[in-house]
Amino acid sequence: MQWETVIGLEIHVQLATKSKIFSGSSTAFGSAPNTQANEVDLALPGTLPVPNEQAFRYAILFGLAIDADINKKSVFERKNYFYPDLPKGYQTTQLDLPIVGPGKVDIKLDDGSTKVVRIHHAHLEEDAGKSLHEDYQGMSGIDLNRAGTPLIEIVSEPDMNTIEEAVAFSKKIHSIVTSLGICDGEMSQGSMRFDVNISIKPQGVEELGTRTETKNLNSFKFMEKAIQLEVERQIDILEDGGSIKQETRLYDGDQHISRSMRSKEEANDYRYFPCPDLLPVILDDEYIESIRKDMPELPDARRSRFCADYNLSDYDSTTIAGDSGLSNYFETSTKISGDAKLSANWVLGELSANLNSTDTSLNLCPVSAEQLGQLVLRVKDGTLSSSGAKKVFGSIWAKPTAQVDMLIDELGLKQVSDTGELEKLVDQVLSGMEEQIAQYKEADDKKRKKLMGSFMGPLMKASKGQGNPKLFNEILSKKLNS
Amino acid sequence: MLNKTVKQLSQGLAKGEFSSLELCQYYLNRIDTIDTKFNSFITVSHEQAIASAKEADKKIASGNANEWTGIPFAHKDIFCTEGVLTTCGSKMLNNFIPPYSATVVENFNAQGAVCLGKTNMDEFAMGSSNETSYYGKVINPWSESNPLVPGGSSGGSAAAVAARLTPIATATDTGGSIRQPASLCGLTGLKPTYGRVSRYGMIAFASSLDQGGPMARTAEDAAMMLNVMAGHDTKDSTSINQDVPDYTKDLNKSIDGLKIGLPKEFFNEHLSSELQSVLQEAMKQLEGLGATFKEISLPHSDLSVPAYYVIAPAECSANLSRFDGVRYGHRCENPSDLMDMYVRSRSEGFGDEVKRRILIGAYALSAGYYDAYYRKAQQVRRLIKNDFVSAFDDVDVILGPTSPTEAFGFDSKGDDPVKMYLEDIFTISTNLAGLPGMSLPAGLINNLPVGMQLIGNYFDESRMLNIAHQFQSVTDWHTLSPKNI
Repeated sequence: MQWETVIGLEIHVQLATKSKIFSGSSTAFGSAPNTQANEVDLALPGTLPVPNEQAFRYAILFGLAIDADINKKSVFERKNYFYPDLPKGYQTTQLDLPIVGPGKVDIKLDDGSTKVVRIHHAHLEEDAGKSLHEDYQGMSGIDLNRAGTPLIEIVSEPDMNTIEEAVAFSKKIHSIVTSLGICDGEMSQGSMRFDVNISIKPQGVEELGTRTETKNLNSFKFMEKAIQLEVERQIDILEDGGSIKQETRLYDGDQHISRSMRSKEEANDYRYFPCPDLLPVILDDEYIESIRKDMPELPDARRSRFCADYNLSDYDSTTIAGDSGLSNYFETSTKISGDAKLSANWVLGELSANLNSTDTSLNLCPVSAEQLGQLVLRVKDGTLSSSGAKKVFGSIWAKPTAQVDMLIDELGLKQVSDTGELEKLVDQVLSGMEEQIAQYKEADDKKRKKLMGSFMGPLMKASKGQGNPKLFNEILSKKLNS
Repeated sequence: MLNKTVKQLSQGLAKGEFSSLELCQYYLNRIDTIDTKFNSFITVSHEQAIASAKEADKKIASGNANEWTGIPFAHKDIFCTEGVLTTCGSKMLNNFIPPYSATVVENFNAQGAVCLGKTNMDEFAMGSSNETSYYGKVINPWSESNPLVPGGSSGGSAAAVAARLTPIATATDTGGSIRQPASLCGLTGLKPTYGRVSRYGMIAFASSLDQGGPMARTAEDAAMMLNVMAGHDTKDSTSINQDVPDYTKDLNKSIDGLKIGLPKEFFNEHLSSELQSVLQEAMKQLEGLGATFKEISLPHSDLSVPAYYVIAPAECSANLSRFDGVRYGHRCENPSDLMDMYVRSRSEGFGDEVKRRILIGAYALSAGYYDAYYRKAQQVRRLIKNDFVSAFDDVDVILGPTSPTEAFGFDSKGDDPVKMYLEDIFTISTNLAGLPGMSLPAGLINNLPVGMQLIGNYFDESRMLNIAHQFQSVTDWHTLSPKNI
């Protein structure tokens, strides 16, 4: 039987506010446990939440970016459950009246087509702390630094049918929230976490199958693998005549296995009710418009601009524009190099390759956009060959303080572009190659191109590799064709 | 010293008739010697009190004092006090020393008042008799041979003020917890408009109903206290950003022409004849001051107790989830796993009434019951509020009984919690509507004090205090004191 996969996503996005959603504690990542938890975060008796306006501005910004309805009245509710890293015994979240209503996101697929994924809503809520189950000899450690970090949970409609679509959608959301500057996008630090709802049904059937939810995936790679595993698991069960249980599952990326966390029957009754400590949040048009005015350039608009202004290919502009950090990097280096195409090649080539192979994030990249611009400029003006430029790039990567021009000198990579000097070398080399010259003159155009190579080798050798190959080529052609 | 009001003590301190240290030692000594009878304090802060009294005397000597500098008082043990045990009447918090102070506490500290200690209360403010406290019941100082309840949940504050162990005390009111004990102990107690007094640091029972307020002997002292307690607080999102008037300013205004509403639902056949005549007598006094009366209707009054006993438990079921044994408070010995720790810590830490309300609340919020209980109760709440809003189209203030009876004996309500819940039948509706309510001494029944209740329009505390002060200028019920103190 042919099966059709149906995927919906819930994406938790940590907002890049300086302080927490209901307290003044810092949200910075990586501090010593429980040093960023004040009396409100610890839920000491008598403490009360005070909403952080910046979190609302960020959520509204996201809503506007996906063309969603912004609810002028939103209400926080209490979601009740006990867990040691949930200090109040309830999570403050939104249910019936979330801040962001229905919206939509366009995703581009590899075959060039575009698909619209509908957003059901996005709501504001607080993150929980962390439970640490290792290193405590049978006990658990609780770190409440993360407790109260603002999140928006973005809930899609089940509009995706393939892994490719789910990943493209997730990357698009990543690209939107980082372009808006409302999330740092650091997946390895948990800044974005994905819950994937998956069901399958026979091809062509309308009715959706029973779905499972795989929780807390924190990389695109894991998401891809987890979906694949779950789809296979469901197909196996159905083809063996079984039925799918509605349940929440956990995916273990290291072992590539998933296991059931709880079934529908075991699911909590969260006993939601409106939080009496927080008044409904009422917004007016003026406020929403003031936020719209701050809207930075979004990935789709940036892509069009890159195509038009820099004449980049569709692929290059889509790839760069999708990442706001990369876009800034590219534009800065292009300003210096004066050659967008060449800068784009370097950004997507050498730079991306090095970042990926060393698992470095762009904001920790040792080679600055200015340095890359300078480097590309030196390739463009003939000072560096492309192989020489790669050597320079490698040296800067290892020693970020270096200056491009000084490095070129130090490494002796400067190309000889003095035509007089190069001509002398050409004459010298050609004087010993009469046979080849004769061959060349007799050959047709196609063969001649090949034969050029036999002159270039000795020429580069004679110049100790520093002769500008382009100029050598020009001088050689002139001499041989005269 | 014994019967001096805050106003009089303040004048005495200013004139140097006595020092704050003498004053505080006088009250600490009374607490040490007499409170064994009443059990109105959970914690007495001798050292802190003496240190702040000395501090206050320095201020007075250097001319930097205000009317509150050096005045002794007590906090209900529901207000978090930095460095001082704060139990909320529960075993759950018998080891809890807060690292921060409630806004109300900060406000009194800023004025230089001297906190003598923390008063007893029903556990987590759930009760109308002070029988649910883990720290033992409080005895009404008006009791003679047979011990009587002081009312609750602010029974410790009421008993302490009535027994002259402190001139005044802070209190809180979720369904009548200031007004009913004020009535039963012969005091003047005011529950302000919801949002008038910050709830920050006041341990939550039912967040949409809780409100702190003064427990005093006179309206004038209550007005002075409210001046300290009221105000906008950025730490409490439900606190209202509106200017605070000087509540003492209008105390002496004439109430000639005042229109008082009498809800027919309060003055019905269930009202005892004794209480009826106490209220009639009080009304005569008010009439003499120029007030007129008009019958009004609050048609949904009979729904207030049932609506309250859905909403308050629902909110408390979530508010009390933080007491899980993880970060502070009672934790059971040697838990075998997480579930065991939760179950035993909470089972051991909470008393029966608290458990009952958590269960009722969790039930009312459960999937499948929410609409029938919680949503319905909120709808009823709106109707009750609307009743008051229309009533205030016609009248300036509403008058009625505070509690159905005078102080009663312990265990007199038997095992039936609903009987106890009906103690608050006249007070609960103001909490549901968010309106200010006040009880002031109006007479004696069987030699025991009973109060009358004034219900004001939103933010009309000044007018209520004015009426109460005028009433107290022609009556002396508020000056009576129990014999056994």
